[in-house]
Amino acid sequence: MSVAVAKHGEVKHNYLNAGDTVLSWLLTTDHKRIAVLYLVSVTLFFAVGGLLALLIRLELLTPQGDLMTSENYNRVFTMHGVVMIFLFLIPAIPAVLGNFLVPLMVGARDLAFPRLNLASWYVYMAGGLIATWAMVNGGVDTGWTFYPPYSSSYSTSQVTLTIIGAFLIGFSSIFTGINFIVTIHKMRAPGLTWFRLPLFIWAHYATSVIIVLGTPVVAITLLLVAVERVFRLGIFDPALGGDPILFQHLFWFYSHPAVYIMILPAMGVISEVVACFSRKRVFGYHFVAFSSVAIAVIGFLVWGHHMFTTGQSVYAGMVFSLLSFLVAVPSAVKVFNWTATMYKGHIEFRAPMLYVMGFLGLFVIGGLTGLFLASLATDIHLQDTYFVVAHFHYIMVGGTIFGYLAGLHFWWPKMTGRMYPEGIAKLAALIIFAGFNLTFLPQFVLGYLGMPRRYHWYPEEWQMLHVMSSAGTALLGIGYILPVFYLLWSLRNGALAGPNPWGATGLEWKTDSPPITHNFEETPIVTEEPYAYENHHQQEEVASGTGASTAEA
Amino acid sequence: MVQEQAQQKLSIQFEDIAQQNESYIVGMWTFLVTEIMFFGGLFAAYLVYRVANQEVFWEAHRHLSIPLGFFNTCVLLTSSLTMALTVHYSQRGLRKQQLLWLLVTMALACTFLVVKGFEYHHKFVEGLIPGANFRFEPAEHMRVAQLFFSLYFAMTGLHALHVVIGVLVMTILAVLIAIKHPSVQDFIPIELTGLYWHFVDIVWIFLFPLLYLIPR
Repeated sequence: MSVAVAKHGEVKHNYLNAGDTVLSWLLTTDHKRIAVLYLVSVTLFFAVGGLLALLIRLELLTPQGDLMTSENYNRVFTMHGVVMIFLFLIPAIPAVLGNFLVPLMVGARDLAFPRLNLASWYVYMAGGLIATWAMVNGGVDTGWTFYPPYSSSYSTSQVTLTIIGAFLIGFSSIFTGINFIVTIHKMRAPGLTWFRLPLFIWAHYATSVIIVLGTPVVAITLLLVAVERVFRLGIFDPALGGDPILFQHLFWFYSHPAVYIMILPAMGVISEVVACFSRKRVFGYHFVAFSSVAIAVIGFLVWGHHMFTTGQSVYAGMVFSLLSFLVAVPSAVKVFNWTATMYKGHIEFRAPMLYVMGFLGLFVIGGLTGLFLASLATDIHLQDTYFVVAHFHYIMVGGTIFGYLAGLHFWWPKMTGRMYPEGIAKLAALIIFAGFNLTFLPQFVLGYLGMPRRYHWYPEEWQMLHVMSSAGTALLGIGYILPVFYLLWSLRNGALAGPNPWGATGLEWKTDSPPITHNFEETPIVTEEPYAYENHHQQEEVASGTGASTAEA
Repeated sequence: MVQEQAQQKLSIQFEDIAQQNESYIVGMWTFLVTEIMFFGGLFAAYLVYRVANQEVFWEAHRHLSIPLGFFNTCVLLTSSLTMALTVHYSQRGLRKQQLLWLLVTMALACTFLVVKGFEYHHKFVEGLIPGANFRFEPAEHMRVAQLFFSLYFAMTGLHALHVVIGVLVMTILAVLIAIKHPSVQDFIPIELTGLYWHFVDIVWIFLFPLLYLIPR
């Protein structure tokens, strides 16, 4: 294979310079370019969601309502949830990193259905713009959960438009899911058997299964709310004969597994990074692979734990509680195996590895507090308090965003051909870790003391904890802005990366950085197990930007 | 008799035609799984409400016409047969027979829609459209009866939408086949449409007994 790096500005053909016009980006069917489109879009929506979070935390600095009325506060936290969940967390890793890496990792030239892939981005953008349109035209105040009958009969905000937006975004992730499933089944390179697949692929396969099975259910459920709202059909509103609890069942049937749509791809990233920077095989590869599948399967059977206090039968509650404890087992298996992977490894503290370690700590806290909430008795006390808010932010932010940032830094050289600046990247990782904990640790205490979620007035004795939390948000904001600047800076000024700057295994590192349009000069043939770091002692010294490639034949 | 299969165009991402065809078929099946879950949400809602309101649902369902429903069931089942014939001839590359059976399938699909339209019209005349003008005797069952008809219109409406989409896709294919467009020279487009069409039929096979044939 060729050594890709040009020494004196000689421009090599790659996917980025395959066309410069706006149209060449908007009409591309190249999975790598679509990944870049998604990268830009999810970053923009993340900024919107982040600003809304900032508004929430500013309001909560004082016990009284200073900045906004209760109605506006409802709108702000609802839109924060809608934007962050539907427009950032769900697509972030699959649509950006997954889109870029799944074909590369399985040794294919593209996803199975490139046009469907582009369509998914357009549908995502259409949904995102409709949701944005709803936001600037009065917003939506139902909470991101759209519970009827408030959402279907009483709310005067833009519920219908927002639901149409969420519906469309759901279809964009269905398109991505179908594409991944077919690609992973049918387009693996010769010799790439199922148990030679990177764990990133296993995680995305499990994620796709959840997307395909779960998203249609929430799509039809939200559609029914919209129909009920527009045509006054009685489906969930008790005044019209319906049952609002049924909505909650159908909603959480998707929306609990949706948490795994967010966290499983992050776990895939962690497996790749932890093996690379520990220079070791992932401990218990099969267990980590099957734990992804187990999470996908059991994750569909735990939705009732969102409804312990809604009058669901106590026997149903007990079964859902038991199953919720059960789903913690495969997650724990992963954490133990990653830790065992690091044990006696040659650990390099690169920025992605710092995010991985942050992930491990935060995910353990998020996971264990989840067990509090899965217990019937404690949940009665903690339901709808800041304890819940802190718990799911530890999973969704501490898990998904740390995984996303780990992956973004790890594969940045592959995506752009340039190294990010290591020092400031490490600093940003530390700031984000500190800011995150300062923001959300106090919220566990607040929740335990009884602070309910979705209120902006609170007793004065809780102000100190709220101030800590808001200060953490400021820190977190700085931590999030830094990568925007240094990553953009690195596009021009970063050191050239070469095909394999980390000395990592995996097919994506055996082609140029950035890869050519069809990924590989010739279809790779896989002859070894994944993460064969012990076999690659010659790759031990990490290229310092000169891009020496020692790719195997 | 079997004609030479026309040369298929191989997309750049695939290694060979077999892989390409298999990918399309697996993709379609995966899509149909999402469709099953899509309708599944509605079916679950319907079953929950029916179990809770057996008596009123039985009363309400008597306003549906079993003969028309039965006729439509026959029409759709026959259209599955004609679609299977379309796929059969398309796999053998027999263009004329393929076009003929495709048109028959479209005619049957349109028949289904027309009959469905008459049924909807009848409900409209009887005042069984949920909303402000909904009327139902006895009045104390009005709320639950309205729930039944809300679900009836949601489920059959969503199904009818799928039939309409099927007719549109078949129309496009028929035109492309008629003008001998290269994109329909192989059997894959018809095969995929066939899979979709059989799915639409199967949904109806569940809808008909669930809505029209409620036992006392």
